[in-house]
Amino acid sequence: MSTPRHSPPPLRSPEQRRGDPATSELLSLKSVRKCFGDNVVLRDVDLTVEPGQCVVLIGASGSGKSTLLRCVNLLEVVDDGVITFDGRDITDPRVDGDDVRSRMGMVFQAYNLFPHLDVIGNVTLALRLVHDVPADEARARGLAMLERVGLAEKAKARPDDLSGGQQQRVAIARALVANPRLMLLDEVTSALDPELVGEVLDLLTELKGEGVTMLLNTHEMGFARDVADRVCFLHDGHIHEQGSPEQVLGDPQQERTRTFLSRIRAS
Amino acid sequence: MTDRVAAEPQEAWRPSSVQLERDEWRRRRTIRSAAIAAGSTLFLLGAIGGAVVSSPGWDRVRETYFSWDKAVSSFPAVLDGLWLNIRVMVVCWILILLLSLTVAVVRTLRGPVAFPLRLLGTAYVDVFRGLPLLLVIFLLGFGGPALSLQGLPTSPLFWGGAALVLSYSAYVAEVFRAGIESVHPSQRLAGRSLGLSYGQTLRHVVLPQAWRRVIPPLMNDLVSLQKDSGLIAVLGVTDAIRKAQIETALDFNYTPYVVAGVLFCCLTIPMARLTDRYARKKGYHGAGGHL
Ligand SMILES: Nc1ncnc2c1ncn2[C@@H]1O[C@H](COP(=O)(O)OP(=O)(O)OP(=O)(O)O)[C@@H](O)[C@H]1O
Ligand SMILES: [Mg+2]
Repeated sequence: MSTPRHSPPPLRSPEQRRGDPATSELLSLKSVRKCFGDNVVLRDVDLTVEPGQCVVLIGASGSGKSTLLRCVNLLEVVDDGVITFDGRDITDPRVDGDDVRSRMGMVFQAYNLFPHLDVIGNVTLALRLVHDVPADEARARGLAMLERVGLAEKAKARPDDLSGGQQQRVAIARALVANPRLMLLDEVTSALDPELVGEVLDLLTELKGEGVTMLLNTHEMGFARDVADRVCFLHDGHIHEQGSPEQVLGDPQQERTRTFLSRIRAS
Repeated sequence: MTDRVAAEPQEAWRPSSVQLERDEWRRRRTIRSAAIAAGSTLFLLGAIGGAVVSSPGWDRVRETYFSWDKAVSSFPAVLDGLWLNIRVMVVCWILILLLSLTVAVVRTLRGPVAFPLRLLGTAYVDVFRGLPLLLVIFLLGFGGPALSLQGLPTSPLFWGGAALVLSYSAYVAEVFRAGIESVHPSQRLAGRSLGLSYGQTLRHVVLPQAWRRVIPPLMNDLVSLQKDSGLIAVLGVTDAIRKAQIETALDFNYTPYVVAGVLFCCLTIPMARLTDRYARKKGYHGAGGHL
């Protein structure tokens, strides 16, 4: 805990971040299974995310989207299967979970901001404690990140005094500030009005342009279509269909996917 | 989204007649309510005071409990004793906070590795919450020195203080534990997701939030400790109560006890007000508004 686990990841150019195409995937799940008691929430999940890609999970409420992201972030221990991240099996119990998590950025469905810290404190906490960035440099990086999500003037505010959309963007800034290899975004657009959905979309598209790899889930099909390189349809904890957004959203092969999409469109 | 809406020019706004009328009504109601509250309080106090003063035994009671001369003559001795209470309280309180926080954290550890520690913590809390404080003071106060342990003093002050610390820590540990467990698990998840270790998450995410929530109950325990610090008088420690007792024994006038009581209140009341202010200032509260 006291010794630095690693130095802050250097800023990489998009080309470098995309990595060597030969060692393709950044993240892969093989036959992942997760249960809560008798409730099998994820079964036989196979999924790969390549560097620079944006993979979007869709599926009904309760289908296991959040659980999948938490398993990847090692916040839940899988019951079977293998998850590899950056070429390493992170489901191996000997792996340092804190180190793995420090290289991923997670945005929670309910944001989970720290109410006792102000906005800048939220954003810089991990830089200071985990990445051993000196306080003033952490502050500068935090402010730059807040500037980027359009909240520089709220740096001193408490999370409770912000609107839902503002909290959302602080959560994104907090996850992004340490240059994670992979961003995990749980329902980033759930609390936002259409105009703000557009703003977050722009931000994510921008990040994608910089080569940030993303795995996210959403109920906004338009959002999925615009930002995704690949869409995965999750039903009852299993990925029933995956492919390009045009294919999965436009011409789904599976009956279940069609039912799900028609229900969503109807509402 | 307020941050995207251009601010309207502020000078343009004049309260409408409806608003003026509402403000006027609220103002009048506030004055009237305050007048009623003040009047009824005065009446109640007057009635109680009148009943006491006009009672047949009042003159004797006033002489034995509220004798001004006796109060003045015993004041220095009682105040001197109170100084010991204050020192006992401060030292014990610091030790109590440290011990109880440790016990609380140990009791919230997860996993089989921590099981023996958890068991120890639980046993300690169960035993010392069950034992009456006076009993612990007697047991440690007379038994402790008899042990003649190497390096430990045998003074009743030390062992009395130890009894207070052990007894109170068991209660305060439960206050801390409730505070720690009241912090939503999603806060831990958020901390860990950033790469913070278990300990870092506890230290920087969970405990600061728990701390704020437990300040009022902690304060309550501190005030209680202040009074109970007087119990070590039974070991012969000359604190405020013992001093008052000695003064009383001179002429069987009980005024010194009243003096001691007033002095104890002078300590606790400002402290309670101070905590209220602190909790309000540091507290984060949602959109409470006027409700
Ligand atoms: N900590 C937990 N303990 C027990 N069951 C859980 C836990 N977390 C999730 N579950 C269960 O796992 C299932 C999937 O939950 P999950 O949160 O992953 O759904 P989701 O796809 O994210 O839904 P939504 O779109 O509503 O957010 C649900 O049946 C839920 O009850
Ligand atoms: Mg979810």
